[in-house]
Order: sequence, then C-alpha cells, then structure tokens
Amino acid sequence: MANRLTKTLIGAALIGLSGLSLGTVAMAAGGGKSDHKMEHQDWGFNGMFGTYDRLAVQRGYQVYREVCAACHALEHLSFRHLGEKGGPYYNPKTPNPNDNVEVKALANDWLIPDIDGETGDPIERPGIPADKFPDIYPNEPAARASNGGALPPDLSVITKARTGGADYIYDLLVSYKDMPHEYKMKDGVEYEMPIGMNYNPAFEGSEIAMAAPLVDDIIEYASITVSDGHGGTETIEAPAATVEQLSRDVTEFLAWAGDPKMEVRKKIGFSVFLFLFIFSALMFATYKNIWRDVEH
Amino acid sequence: MHGPSTYEPKYAASRWLDKRLPIIRMGADFMAFPSPRNLNYWYAFGAILTMCLIVQILSGVILAMHYVPTVDGAFDSVQRIKRDVPYGWLIQSMHATGASMFFLAVYIHMFRGLFYGSYKAPRELVWILGCVIYLIMMATGFLGYTLPWGQMSFWGATVITGFFGAIPVVGESLQQWLLGGYSVGNPTLQRFFSLHYLLPFVIAAIVGLHVWAIHHVGQNNPIGITEKSKKDTLSFHPYYTMKDGFAVAVFLLIFAFFMFYLPDALGHADNYQRANPLVTPPHIVPEWYYLPFYAILRAVPDKLAGILLMVGAIGILFVLPWLDTSKVRSMRFRPVARVFFIIFVIMCFILGWCGARAPDDIAIKIGEKMVDGESVAYGMKFVTLSRIATIYYFAYFFPILPLLGFVEKTKELPESITKAIHEGTA
Repeated sequence: MANRLTKTLIGAALIGLSGLSLGTVAMAAGGGKSDHKMEHQDWGFNGMFGTYDRLAVQRGYQVYREVCAACHALEHLSFRHLGEKGGPYYNPKTPNPNDNVEVKALANDWLIPDIDGETGDPIERPGIPADKFPDIYPNEPAARASNGGALPPDLSVITKARTGGADYIYDLLVSYKDMPHEYKMKDGVEYEMPIGMNYNPAFEGSEIAMAAPLVDDIIEYASITVSDGHGGTETIEAPAATVEQLSRDVTEFLAWAGDPKMEVRKKIGFSVFLFLFIFSALMFATYKNIWRDVEH
Repeated sequence: MHGPSTYEPKYAASRWLDKRLPIIRMGADFMAFPSPRNLNYWYAFGAILTMCLIVQILSGVILAMHYVPTVDGAFDSVQRIKRDVPYGWLIQSMHATGASMFFLAVYIHMFRGLFYGSYKAPRELVWILGCVIYLIMMATGFLGYTLPWGQMSFWGATVITGFFGAIPVVGESLQQWLLGGYSVGNPTLQRFFSLHYLLPFVIAAIVGLHVWAIHHVGQNNPIGITEKSKKDTLSFHPYYTMKDGFAVAVFLLIFAFFMFYLPDALGHADNYQRANPLVTPPHIVPEWYYLPFYAILRAVPDKLAGILLMVGAIGILFVLPWLDTSKVRSMRFRPVARVFFIIFVIMCFILGWCGARAPDDIAIKIGEKMVDGESVAYGMKFVTLSRIATIYYFAYFFPILPLLGFVEKTKELPESITKAIHEGTA
C-alpha cells in the first residue's frame, strides 16, 4: 500500500531536521567568546549497559568526605544509601545496610546534631547508617558568610542539575588555571578579578567563587585488600592521587549520588526491552495471521 | 452506535442483566464496531493515546501517595520517591516520560486528522472534542510540571500565570485569584496539585464523548470516502484490536527506551535545582511540547497580542471544520493542499525550534561583521524566523484552506473502499 501520509510526514521531518542541523552549525560558528570546550569523558556508566566503578565511587566518597564536605552538603542522601544495592559499599552478606560494617564505620565518622532524649539539650553524636548526611552550615546566610557571599550548592543531584552532567563536573574540576593574558587585558586595561573569585573557563562567565578544591596528593588513597576467591587475599594498589584522578573519582561518586538506581534501571530496562521486542513480534504475527485473508 | 446490535445473551444471568443494564451489550457492540478496512498505522494512535492516559493516571495516583504538595516538601519528596520508595524511580520516570509520550502521540494523532480531513462533516464534534482534550492536556501537563518544584517549575509557572495578568481590567485580580497570592507560592502549588489530580479524570470523561461521537458517525479512513457496504468494513475486534495492539507494543518500545535509558533527556537540568524565587534562570523554556506556542507568544513584541496569538493558534483549530471548504476529505486526492500541509508540518517544527532558542540569537547565519573589534555573526534571528512561521501557521487555516476548496482541482475519488483496495490505491 502506498502510504502517502507516511512519506509526507517523514519528508517533512527530514526537511525540518536538516533545517535544525543547519541552524546548530550556524550557532556554533557564531558562538561565545570563551574558546573553552568541554570534552566528553568515557565514563563506565555511559551507555545502555554502563555500570558504576565501585572502587572509583568509594575513592570519590573519600574525596567528598575529606575535601568537598567542608562546604557542600548531600541533603538527599543517607549513609545507608552507601550500602544499598547499587551503592559503593553494598555487601551481599549484609544486604541490610544497617548491618553493613563499612557503612557503620563511615557513618560513625560524622557528627550528627540531635536532641538529648533525657534533658532535651541539643547535642552531637556519631552517625548511624539510618542518618541523613548532615547539613554543613546551619542556614543559608551562614553558608554565604563563610564563602565570601557565594552559596556552595548541594551536591546530591549536581550531575543532574548541570547541563553536561558528569562531563561538566569533571571539566569544572580540572579546568582551574591562571588567568590568560587575553582575559586579563580587556579593552587594553589590565583587569582585576573581584576578590574571592577564581579563573575557570569551564564555568559560565569564567569566574567562580570556589577556589580550586583539588591539588595533587591532597588526600591519600589507601590500597585495598580483597579476597581473591580462593581463600587468600590480594591487594589492589590505589591510583596516584592526581587532580585528574581525584576529579574523576569524585565525579563518579557524585554521578552515583545523583542517580543511585541507574544500574537497576538499566538492568530492568533491558528485560523490558527484550519482553516488548518479543511481544511486538508476536503481536505482529497475530495481526498478520488474523488479516491473512483480508484484502486491505 | 453504528447499526443494529448483534449481541445475543447466551446465559440466563446475562439475559437477566441485559434486560436491566445492557452493559455487556454495550461492550460487545463496541468490540464489533464496523471499521473501514483500509485504516493504516496512523489510525492506531487512538489506542496508543488511551494507553498513555491509563499509564498517566495509574502512575500518577501512586506518585500522589508519596508526593508532598508544599513548597518545603515537594522537591525533597520527589527525590525521596526516586531514592527510597520501592520502584519509585520507575513510577516517577514512567509518569515524567509518559507526559512527553502522550504529547508525541497526540501530535501525530492531530496531524493525521489534518491530513485525512477527519475534522470534516459529519465529524466536526469529534474534532472539537479532541481539541478540548488537547487543551486540557496542555493545562494538566503545565500543572504537573510545576509539582517537582524545581527552578523551571517555579519560573515556568510564574511566566504562564503572568499571561493572565496581561488581560485588560480584570487581569491582575484574576492572576492573584489563580495564584492565591501575589506570586507563585505554597497556595499556588497546592491548588495546582489539586487541579493536576482532577483534570485527567475530566480528560477521561471527554475521551468518552470523543469515542462515543466517533462510534456514532463512523471512522474516517485514508481515502476519506464513507463506507458504502458491509464489504468496506471489518469488525473492530479482532482486526483492529490486534493491529492496534501491535502498534501499541512498538510505541511502548520507544516509551521504554526513554524511560529506562534517557529519563532526563526530555527535561531540563535546571529542574534539578530547587525552586528559588530570588534566582531567575538565564533561559526559561517550557517543556518541548509547548515550544511552538511559546515561539508564537514571543513572535510579537506586545505581551497581550502575543497571548492572543497563542490562544488563537489553538482556538483556530476549533473552527477548522468550517474553514476548510473542500468537499474532498483526504489530502491523498488534494495535490495542492498536500504541499501546503507539508509546509505546515515543517513550520510547526520550525516554531518548536524557535521556542527553544533565545529570540535574538541568529537562526540562519549569513555572514560575520566586525563590531567594536569583535566578529559578530549576523543573519536571520530566531524572532524573525518565528514571525514567518507564525504567519504561515495562521495562513494555512485562513486563507489557504478556505481558498483551496474553491480553486484546487482534486483527483478523482474511487467509487468505494473495496474498489480502491482492488486497485491498490487505498
């Protein structure tokens, strides 16, 4: 059957799309002043079968704990999330994260504001897996006062809340550098950045209040001892804590924090796909069978 | 319904029921409804849309069990649904993606109606009821997008409710009445939640009328001529239930792809930032399905005129059955109208593109020139492009379609659907 509407609509869509691509090219050519270009990273969690690199997420958590957590909160996360399925410290022997030894130790490392049950006085106690990650500052004015007027954003969904996602976060972390000469000499006059601002071409406007948070070896990665599956153990050497490595790891952690159900989502998605594919094939066969004697 | 009922109750109980409440008869007649035998896959979108509505209502009812409609709780509760509610990530993703899929399907359904002349007599009311459904869908989608209480939720709601403020005399008080205050806030969110829960059931009711009307007048078909004998038709079940079933399954594959693999692709990154009345996003853009109308709104410099144009763009659909003067329904037999239709579809895409971009950006670059020592691209701006497309959008409905009815030389219509099938032209 000649299906004219099909051809018509496809034709229209193609013309529309070619118009779109033409426009995109024109925009890119006439684009902004900064020649900084974000590079796409080859993340293990990209693609239909992508998964998080457990050890990288664990290292990234360490970076968050020792560096980022000085200013940035994770308001939507609880410690137990670290030990849930898909989390960096998930242990099949203790599927309930409240029993997970590593998660308990990590939670214990934080002080949680609470109320003394006996006296009603505000107190601080060590965390347990059921606790949420604590606020870093008591309120927004306090956060701004400590950061020269800037507000450190919450990091729970930061890879979702920025165009470019994980690529952008990584790019931002590795793009700190000295102000280039062309940037300094605006209109022939030497330009001074406002106090407290830092040059980072990855950031919109190239000036960011956050000082470069990572430097080489700012933290020490420990090597990890794991069971080799034959009764013995083997040691996984920790990578060198370069800015690139630290940035990659903390970005991997933040990607997990923003989308902790990604692995199960992709896994179920694949089964759904498989089912729907077979179902469509069966529906098609049924349809053709029922219509076999019908001229149409 | 179409033709006499063929249902015969077989059992004593069903005979008893049939005398008192012929509900089985209604279902049986529905399934045996004679449909033109030449319906193609474009006619499957009615079934696909029914599926979309059911998916949205079911997933929405579950989400409402966990959602907190307050300015302090909304954003956090959505995160809680995605992280801690068992399979909450699945339901949330289904509902958010489902909205886009619903609109994708409704646009194809409407373009199909436009191409095959499904709005013409005696189906004017089918078309108008469809337009009402579409209008309520737009309202429901907008209300729903406010609920996650992200930056785009808040600022989208601020912009859209601002339209009402542009109405002369009563505008400002009307706007305050809608918002429950001077700006978008907690009262707004709570009433939006209430209405977002209500409207899908209104849609379901009007879908009932839409389907009732189409069953009364009979379905249109790709060649647009009315069926003349029983030979021209097939029983809805099993012929079209199975064909539509296959189409629904294929549509679900696309749905599942977005839902499981690109759950954020159709949204905006800014909506992962909590609503902040003190920070305006650099570009406030609506969801993709509103972009063409957003472009029409911004095509004129005057706010009220823009709003009138935008409302008019949907309003004109309501009078389309009386604007198209051609006696021939299907554009298969209207060689000139078909070309204008193709341009119309392209213009809708262009409007969508314009809606997504800043009006003063360059859409079509012609060259570069030096301004204050910097090279600046010049060419056609998006606002100019959107003006051209807006003019065409309205021109298609008036005067192009009314005039074509008088001047176009249409192709010869086949005698009947069966004959057309024999000749291979159906």
